[in-house]
Amino acid sequence: MIEAININKSFDNKIVLKDINASFKTGCTNLIIGQSGSGKTVLLKSLVGLHKPDSGSVMYDSRNFTAMSSDQKGEIRKEIGMLFQGSALFDSMNVEENVRFPLDMFTNKSLEERRERANFCLKRVNLENVNNLLPSEISGGMQKRVAIARAIALNPRYLFCDEPNSGLDPKTAIVIDELIQEITREYDMTTIINTHDMNSVLAIGENIIFIYNGAKYWEGSNEDIMHSDNKELNDFIFASKFFKKIRDRL
Amino acid sequence: MNFLYHLGRYAIFVKDVFRRPEKHRIFFSQIGKEMEALGLSSVGIVVIISFFMGAVITLQLAYNLEIPIIPKYTLGVGARDTMLLEFSSTMVSLILAGKVGSHIASQIGTMRVTEQIDVLDVMGINSANFLVLPKVVGMILMMPILVIISMGVGIIGGWLAGVVAGEVTSADFVYGLQYAFVPFYILYSLIKSVVFAFLITTIAGYWGYYTNGGSLEVGQSSTKAVVVSSIQILLFNLVLTQLMLA
Repeated sequence: MIEAININKSFDNKIVLKDINASFKTGCTNLIIGQSGSGKTVLLKSLVGLHKPDSGSVMYDSRNFTAMSSDQKGEIRKEIGMLFQGSALFDSMNVEENVRFPLDMFTNKSLEERRERANFCLKRVNLENVNNLLPSEISGGMQKRVAIARAIALNPRYLFCDEPNSGLDPKTAIVIDELIQEITREYDMTTIINTHDMNSVLAIGENIIFIYNGAKYWEGSNEDIMHSDNKELNDFIFASKFFKKIRDRL
Repeated sequence: MNFLYHLGRYAIFVKDVFRRPEKHRIFFSQIGKEMEALGLSSVGIVVIISFFMGAVITLQLAYNLEIPIIPKYTLGVGARDTMLLEFSSTMVSLILAGKVGSHIASQIGTMRVTEQIDVLDVMGINSANFLVLPKVVGMILMMPILVIISMGVGIIGGWLAGVVAGEVTSADFVYGLQYAFVPFYILYSLIKSVVFAFLITTIAGYWGYYTNGGSLEVGQSSTKAVVVSSIQILLFNLVLTQLMLA
């Protein structure tokens, strides 16, 4: 479990996160949702340590990540996998080298063992025969899957995904969502997904946190969200006439 | 204030760059790749520029020293000392600040804006060290080789131009090359080249690493890297010359 306790963060006197308290459960997909500019990426980056909160703490299974030394953080970081919005694959490496990279850096396994593990991870995300291709030679959906394979290469306990569906067609987006959910259950990870994709919210939102203007406004599941009376949440979720009609019929 | 801000941040950046590498096996393989990408790929431009500069230096000396009392072997002396003292270290470094500096800044800048550096940071890898140290070491190892190539090719260019244009005989030029030769000039030039290699790679790495924004900012970082490293090369050239030749 990951807990955010009283997280505050500002940039140049502009308050971005206001006293965020949230728990992200193990073995289920935790979603952070909110409009663009609401602070959800800053929250995700604060949780993973890319931003240092002004105050508050982040707990990884009762271990205070914020108070740790950089060496201690390094140990936790080996338990973290992260999927970035633009996949963030290394341009100069082919698919297999990208997936193998964490293994090359943090294990003393032989090349054969590392290649075997990389191939296993690629197979797990339904990618085969692409090992020697460069990231620029594969589609956006395939890049996301390679990034997931890289993120799970070291069997992480915590998986962070920053808008995993951005730039993908709805069908591919669902494939990625389902893959993340399957992997989360299979490896019993604590997975936190940052999204504003409504299909994701409804499909895999087992624990959802709604951020509005840097503050937590609502928490619940994808089932609760359909019946919420929170105005800001409803304005966000049911922004389109189509979604409003669906809600009225429920 | 802006200057002090960048100076302070550059010092912290260089400190991070010179930490112990995470995996030595990967570090050494990266050095090899950088020596090829930054050094070997620059041999062509160094050879072309040095050859023509050596030729032009000889011809200009010839046209400006058409006084009977000045012996013809002076052309060899002039071409040699110009190449050894200034051109092969300082001018080649300025050219490489443009080629290598912009390459490093745009490569690392692109990695920054596409979150590839964030991937390294999330994994707990010292990204400044991982990305920049192999480039610094690779360039420091390659730069003296490039400078020596430049010296040789420049002198050959000067000899060829002088002889073909009929300004000096081959024997006079070769005599001039050997006349009052100071071996320390080569060492002086190589020491300068190592300092310049350090400046080019760390300054370009710094501007690339702290790129913030998109493709426009990557271009701006690349330009700043070239401008700042060129100015630093000129400044350090002055300081090193005063320290080593005065």
